[in-house]
Amino acid sequence: MARERRDSQTKDLNVVICGGAGQGIKTVESLLASLLRASGLYVFSTKEYMSRVRGGSNSTDLRLSPRPVECPVERVDLLVALGPRALDHMADRSGEGTAVIASPDSLESGGEEFPGRPFPVPIGGMAEDAGRKVYSNTVAAGVVAGAFGLDLQRCLEEVRSSFEEMGEEDRKGNLTAFESGFRAGEDLDLDLSVPAPEESSGEQLLLNGAQAVGLGAIAGGIRFICSYPMSPSTGVLAFLAGQARRFGLVVEQAEDEISAVNMGLGAWYTGARSMVTTSGGGMALMSEGISLAGMVETPLVLHVAQRPGPATGLPTRTGQEDLDLVLGAGHGEFPVAVLAPGSLKQAFSLAARAFWLAEKHQVPVFVVTDQSIMDSYYPASELDLDGVITERFLVDAGEGYRRYSLDGGPPSPMAVPGSGPGLVCLDSDEHDESGHITEDLDLRVRMVDKRLGKFAGLAEDALEPELVGDGSIMVVCWGSSRNACMEAVERLDRDDVSVMHLSQLYPLHDRVAELLEAAESVITVEGNATGQMGRLLGDLAGITPDHEVLRYDGLPFRADTLAEKLRKAIEGGRR
Amino acid sequence: MSYIHEIEGLDIAWCPGCGNFAIRKALMAALEDLEVPPQKLVIASGIGQAPKMPHYLRCNCFNGLHGRTLPVATAIKACNRGLTVIAEGGDGDMYGEGGNHFIHCLRRNPDIVHLVHNNMVYGLTKGQASPTSMRGFQTPVQTEGVILEPFNPIAVAVALDASFVARSFAGHGEHLKTMIMEAARHRGYALVDIFQPCVSFNRVNDYKWFEEHTYQLEEGYDPTDRQAAFGKAMETERMPLGAIYRNPDRKTFEQQQPAWEDDSRPLHERETDMDELRELVESFRG
Repeated sequence: MARERRDSQTKDLNVVICGGAGQGIKTVESLLASLLRASGLYVFSTKEYMSRVRGGSNSTDLRLSPRPVECPVERVDLLVALGPRALDHMADRSGEGTAVIASPDSLESGGEEFPGRPFPVPIGGMAEDAGRKVYSNTVAAGVVAGAFGLDLQRCLEEVRSSFEEMGEEDRKGNLTAFESGFRAGEDLDLDLSVPAPEESSGEQLLLNGAQAVGLGAIAGGIRFICSYPMSPSTGVLAFLAGQARRFGLVVEQAEDEISAVNMGLGAWYTGARSMVTTSGGGMALMSEGISLAGMVETPLVLHVAQRPGPATGLPTRTGQEDLDLVLGAGHGEFPVAVLAPGSLKQAFSLAARAFWLAEKHQVPVFVVTDQSIMDSYYPASELDLDGVITERFLVDAGEGYRRYSLDGGPPSPMAVPGSGPGLVCLDSDEHDESGHITEDLDLRVRMVDKRLGKFAGLAEDALEPELVGDGSIMVVCWGSSRNACMEAVERLDRDDVSVMHLSQLYPLHDRVAELLEAAESVITVEGNATGQMGRLLGDLAGITPDHEVLRYDGLPFRADTLAEKLRKAIEGGRR
Repeated sequence: MSYIHEIEGLDIAWCPGCGNFAIRKALMAALEDLEVPPQKLVIASGIGQAPKMPHYLRCNCFNGLHGRTLPVATAIKACNRGLTVIAEGGDGDMYGEGGNHFIHCLRRNPDIVHLVHNNMVYGLTKGQASPTSMRGFQTPVQTEGVILEPFNPIAVAVALDASFVARSFAGHGEHLKTMIMEAARHRGYALVDIFQPCVSFNRVNDYKWFEEHTYQLEEGYDPTDRQAAFGKAMETERMPLGAIYRNPDRKTFEQQQPAWEDDSRPLHERETDMDELRELVESFRG
């Protein structure tokens, strides 16, 4: 499908670097992102990659803009193709306006069907001239930098510092490779200008989702994290491991997710705020432990970074398929809360809030993200450190302390072992007020009512939905689809369309139902095939969506194509 | 005589004559001599007959899920080193459902005591084979007798260089008390596998059978000799009772955590350094 070149509305430029795993795309990405950012532009970057260590086709988007952009677009303005496969891989996203930089042989063997304008540069040959074929990625970075007309000396400094840890020969080779690429890029007749930003991006925080969640957890008072590695959730574990010494965290890689969730509960039993991070499959293994949390009323924060399923699914790709999973996690009946950040700023704030919410109400709190949030980097506006609530809810275990006291509450006051003369006893069996096993069925009913009674407090603390615009056609999204939805609706440029984003799915704030009832028509946008949020709105707010825009090919929503889908949905009218 | 950890007037759910009563008594006697106050003691357990123990003692307790005791106990100790932590359960709980956790707990070496009531049968679910049941042992499920090789916890523990490995017998109360005390004084993971006759569902491995198939380790046995410990672990006709293996050089899990390097307060008493966090956030400004 042919796409228009450049975006006249947003004045941004989308550069995509595509090649096989092991070809050093990541190096090109970080080098170019930092060079272009230094020129004052806003850079949003995200990647899609195959589940393999070598070969295949991976790509990184660098979206350059004079104003903040926080989501990807489908359209490709400039493609840097490292190898013939990259052309095939990117053909669907390219149009006549797409400029493609690739070596002549790649263009010849892979470029017949390719719709864009070819700019042949003998990348491989230039890399060999510089010393080794593996410098191809650095040549490519040089070509783009040259085509952008960046300052060569500043670029070389950046190259030097990014290859600092390499041996003398490789460092020199990469510098030569970059420079020869740069010269070739200068000679290309490419119009890559992006208007100068009003306010430079330079002062802003540059984060990805894993870092935002990790920083939020620290702000929320995390003391303990134990998890089993699983893409795309592992970035949070790795980030916190890197901060263990600085913030006094205990970090452990468990033998499996079952161990992880039980360790998390053991930690919070002692009062140490704890979190586990996992993805759908690991979350499924944790279900029994989540049910335990429900019974023993020990708080826990669970970060669930979604990816497409069922089973192993698409391990490195994105989706919003596990809302039903977290809502139904664990056997038996007990209250939970589900948060789903839509931006890096929210990822920070909601991760922090999750710890407060979990301890206040003594429930499991899910923070649901996905690969697209974890792996996207962009400048975030200020993180709301001042807004973090540091309140704690622990009491001392006084004489005769009963962990599950039915006096007052819910919840019953939570003490930790060793905090006083009293004893702190938990039981996964139904238990009496002091935490010991019981089969008194009247008491059982009172205990169930007390546990479920926590729902009222959770509902009071539910987050309001975010509403932009006052149009009667309401686009509703949750979690990571926020930024693409916001931009897509902006692109529609219609007064009659508004967007509602839910960053808390459970319990839902009362205002969600009010707003939905007032809307003339409702269009839901979600990264799954069955409309899980749509069903939730039906269950909790009595609303059936008029249209559903669903994406479940493993890729995130992109603003330009989403805008087209929304336009069609709106023009198609009420179903 | 009564013990400080004893609760009077309990309605205990174990069968009369169960080996668990003797284990409870030895445990109370050991805890008293160790001078562990009930408030500083946490007994973590799972599901089975043995895991009911913390309900029958004065202590803090985390009676969690079947097989999941070791992760819970590990985390409790990692977050509050001032607590004495015992993980207690049966052979099905610890070696079957929790087998993976057992293996990795040996590698991790948290400073906890691990008491396993090993009766070679499933009691709570009324008599099926356990991981330690002998070949040929007939049950309502293993109708023609167990065909699997029994799990050898002592050999596995020695193989993974557990820092303390002992075996005792519910029929020898004093010996058991001594082993529990040695395990508690040991810094690091300490396994006490306790032969426990099940009077209701195991008519083969009864008190007499254990008497006939065990012996006390000889005087002068060196538990730090790993080769010798392997030899002892492989004896299955007559099995040795005592401290079979020790590695005093292994560091504990907690000792190797940066969080415990120069701060001895329990983790829940510490506050996040928000200034430090602000500094970290600033480092992302590009």
